Amino acid sequence: MNCQELVELITDYLDGAMPEVERRSVDEHLAACDGCTTYLEQFRTTIVLTGMLTEEQVPPEARDALLEAFRGWRTASA
Amino acid sequence: MMLAERYQPSMLRIARMYVSTRAVAEEVVQEAWVGVLKGLDGFEGRSSLRTWIFRILVNTAKTRGQREARSVPFSSLWSPTPEAERPVDPERFLPEGQRWSGHWADAPASWESVPEDRLLSHETLAQVGQAIAALPPTQREVIRLRDVLGWTSAEVCNALEISETNQRVLLHRARAKVRRALESYLGPEEG
Repeated sequence: MNCQELVELITDYLDGAMPEVERRSVDEHLAACDGCTTYLEQFRTTIVLTGMLTEEQVPPEARDALLEAFRGWRTASA
Repeated sequence: MMLAERYQPSMLRIARMYVSTRAVAEEVVQEAWVGVLKGLDGFEGRSSLRTWIFRILVNTAKTRGQREARSVPFSSLWSPTPEAERPVDPERFLPEGQRWSGHWADAPASWESVPEDRLLSHETLAQVGQAIAALPPTQREVIRLRDVLGWTSAEVCNALEISETNQRVLLHRARAKVRRALESYLGPEEG
C-alpha cells in the first residue's frame, strides 16, 4: 500500500469498515510513514472541528432537492 | 446534569475516533468530565466552555488512544476514485514509474504547531462551514448527519436509503474536501 492509496481509506479505517488484513497493512504503513500519520491526524481534527459546528451553522437541504440528488446514488448502488 | 446530557453524544463520537470500542470511548468521556470538574477553577473564560470541554476531551482521548492499538472488524472494497474526487491532489505524490511512486512528494505539515486558540477559533470553524456549504448536496447531507449531528452510519443509510459503501464514499469525499480547505487556511503562509 502506498500513501496515495492510504488517503482513500481513512474513513473506512476510522469507521472500522475494513477487512482485518487491510487494516493491518494500514497500521503498518502508518507506523513507518510520517506523512500519512500527519494526514490521519489532520483528518481526525477535521472531524472534530466539523462536530463543533452547531446544527444552525449547517442547515439541512431542501427535501425535494435532496431526494433528487440521491436518486442517482441509489440506482448506482450495488 | 444538563450540560453533560447535551454534550454526551458528540463527545462519545469524538472519543470513538481515537479508541477502538464504544466502551472505552465511554470511559474516556467520563475521564474527561472528571478533568473538567477538576480544572473548572482554572477555567478563565478565554474560550467558550464548550471549546474548553472539547479540548480536554480530545487530549484525554488522544492519550488513551496512544495506549491502545486499534482493532476493528468488517469489510469494504477499495475502488478507484474519479480525478475530481481524489482526497488529495495527485500532484502531491511521486509520479508513476519511480521506485517510490504513490508516496508523498509534498507531505502535509502537522497542525500541532497551530496554536489551539487559532485552531478552535470562530474563524477556523467558519472555514469548515464554508467548505461544507460548497459541497455537492449529497456529500453535504451525509457529512451533516454523520459529523455535525453525530448520526451513526446505519442511521444515515436508513434515512437516505443508500448502501453503507455509498454512504462512506460520500462521507470520505466530503471530509477530504473540508480537510483540504483547512489545510490551505491553516497551512504555512505561501507568498
